[in-house]
Amino acid sequence: MTDAIFAGEVPRDRSGRPSAAAADALSHYVSDAPFDPYAVERMTPAQERFYLASEWRMMWWKLRRHRVAVISGAVLLVMYLTILFCEFLAPYDLDARNTDFIYAPPQQIRIFDKGKLVPPFVFGYDYRLDMNTLERVYTPSPQKRQPLRFFCHGSDYQFWGLFSADLHLFCPDRGGQLFLAGTDRLGRDLLSRMIYGARISLTVGLLGVAVSFTLGILIGGIAGYYGGWTDILIQRGIEVIQSFPHLPLWMALSAILPVSWSPILVYIGITLILGMIEWTHLARAVRSKLLALREEDFCTAAVLMGAKPTRIIRRHLLPSFMSHLIASATLMIPGMILGETALSFLGLGLRPPMTSWGVLLSEAQNINVVAIYPWLMIPVVCVIVTVLAFNFFGDGLRDAADPYH
Amino acid sequence: MLRYLVHRILIMIPTLIAISIVIFTIINLPPGDYFSTYIAELQSSGEAADLAKIAALKMQYGFDRPLWQQYLFWVGGLVQGDMGYSFAYNLPVNKVVGDRLLMTFIVSFSTILFTYVVAFPIGVYSATHQYSWSDHILTLLGFLGLAIPSFLLALVLLYFANVYFGISIGGLMDPRYLNRPWSFDKAVSVAAHLWIPVIVIGTAGTASMIRRLRANLLDELQKQYVVTARAKGLHPLKLLFKYPLRVALNPFISDIGSLLPHVISGAAIVSVVMSLPTTGPMLLDALRSQDMYLAGSFLMFMASLTVIGVFISDLALAVLDPRIRLQAGRRQ
Repeated sequence: MTDAIFAGEVPRDRSGRPSAAAADALSHYVSDAPFDPYAVERMTPAQERFYLASEWRMMWWKLRRHRVAVISGAVLLVMYLTILFCEFLAPYDLDARNTDFIYAPPQQIRIFDKGKLVPPFVFGYDYRLDMNTLERVYTPSPQKRQPLRFFCHGSDYQFWGLFSADLHLFCPDRGGQLFLAGTDRLGRDLLSRMIYGARISLTVGLLGVAVSFTLGILIGGIAGYYGGWTDILIQRGIEVIQSFPHLPLWMALSAILPVSWSPILVYIGITLILGMIEWTHLARAVRSKLLALREEDFCTAAVLMGAKPTRIIRRHLLPSFMSHLIASATLMIPGMILGETALSFLGLGLRPPMTSWGVLLSEAQNINVVAIYPWLMIPVVCVIVTVLAFNFFGDGLRDAADPYH
Repeated sequence: MLRYLVHRILIMIPTLIAISIVIFTIINLPPGDYFSTYIAELQSSGEAADLAKIAALKMQYGFDRPLWQQYLFWVGGLVQGDMGYSFAYNLPVNKVVGDRLLMTFIVSFSTILFTYVVAFPIGVYSATHQYSWSDHILTLLGFLGLAIPSFLLALVLLYFANVYFGISIGGLMDPRYLNRPWSFDKAVSVAAHLWIPVIVIGTAGTASMIRRLRANLLDELQKQYVVTARAKGLHPLKLLFKYPLRVALNPFISDIGSLLPHVISGAAIVSVVMSLPTTGPMLLDALRSQDMYLAGSFLMFMASLTVIGVFISDLALAVLDPRIRLQAGRRQ
């Protein structure tokens, strides 16, 4: 087609007739290929895949390029998977006490014996009470070589409360000990408690976000769609809530939870409290997006066709910025995890026997711990890794949430 | 400008009223009150409670009256500078609080100052050196600052400050200066102790401030006027400070509003860990023992600090940015 046009475009002189020289150089040419006006619009399969991809697919492509976000996502996935198999992964029970090993420091896994590579083993402890300071002193003794056992039978547990089992990923040698993260004041293995604590700490953020997500969309949706007085009232309300410092308000709210409540009720209460403040940011985002979007043509069309407000919000408006909302919700989770940690640390959040990372950290409440039993602070590593991973992943998601940009 | 000022002050009043209602509701939500727990405690230990005095206190603070009257009573007192009576301390709240409000203010103010002083150069640097090694390292440090629970950072810093600098553990000053009048040495001691809480509380805020400044400046640096100025041969530093930075600074000031709640939150928990003489630890105790006037007045103080902070930042923005000033004038 383009060939034909060019062929017809013969250089002309000023009078408009083809100049003699040009006519000699180019004879009239007509392409004999079949004429197909849609040829330019046809796409290669690769292009087609790209242009017709759904928004979610494009988000995934963009996210995939953000290497740190993908790695963080994988880390989070693994952590959430461990929740399902705590009993199997933890070498000890949540509350198993080893009364002979109170405040034992972490043991080191060794894989070299006299310069040779051997299956992993640990040295058992020699225990001595320092009569001057009354400090428990544990020294690893090379005589007590205790190889680790894998896929071994250890203490019994009820798997998911359904059936009893005793298989563990790894256990200490028979009659030996394995405290890879040390023990606490009751001689409980810290590593096992951290694995169990993940169950609570990781889900607190998710449930809290679910609460604030629902509230945020609902209230922000009402404010943004109806506008006017409703909007002004809701906006003022949000301002009031946002001017509260979070932690003191959380403290006040969790002080309300009755002491007589069962741990599971307290847990639900805490997630509700955590979710209760954060929704304001989401509500604001929803509102401003709705205000912008409801002027769009597709929305007017839906109104003219007689769609109800709830349907318009749900079917037409929300999907167009759902990805943004999810990204910002992801960035909210770390704040909630830190909030739970802080509350439990202060003794206002979850209480034992509920075990979360914050509850574990509340053992590390004074400066003596830092000086004498520094391993009691190890659970903070879990907190930091989780929060970092959520931050990086959320950042990547937020960039990816706008795939057309 | 005057109009804008009046307008903002008028908005502040209903906000404060709403806040006071919320706080009053929260402190009244737990079943029972301080007296019922107190009497029960005394009876369980076999002591006789001074029922006459308690009844008198109950009368004086209107515990037998309906809630809305109690609320009006409380707010009326607040407006006149009377924060009520602390039952746990057996003193008026004003006396219990003493220096604590001042200390809270000092800690919060220094933290915000610290945040600005640190975040400003680092934010500008990592925006102008985007994706360089130093930028990556600073970004990672910032994220770490966001991720470490502040109370633990406080403990560790406290330990090292004690081991390496010999600074006494806990408190805002050396024990020698407690209950002494203010003097130069006391001020020096406070300054020597202040840096740990300030760093600990400021870390998270600084990190987010750096990220925000960096993002804003990056947006601005891509704009055409910057390219034009660069093409005309303006000195890079002069260009940076004269144009894009000034635009990017706007959120920096408006951020005081979101920074203050964070600082006060952080201060609350850090001061519990470090036993600072601020409002945090006392609030915790008051909440635990249902000492409602004390808890309520502290919460009110913290929230008002934020509201006033936002007000000041709005004013500063209006002074600095003619767009906001003019728009606000046009709206009325």
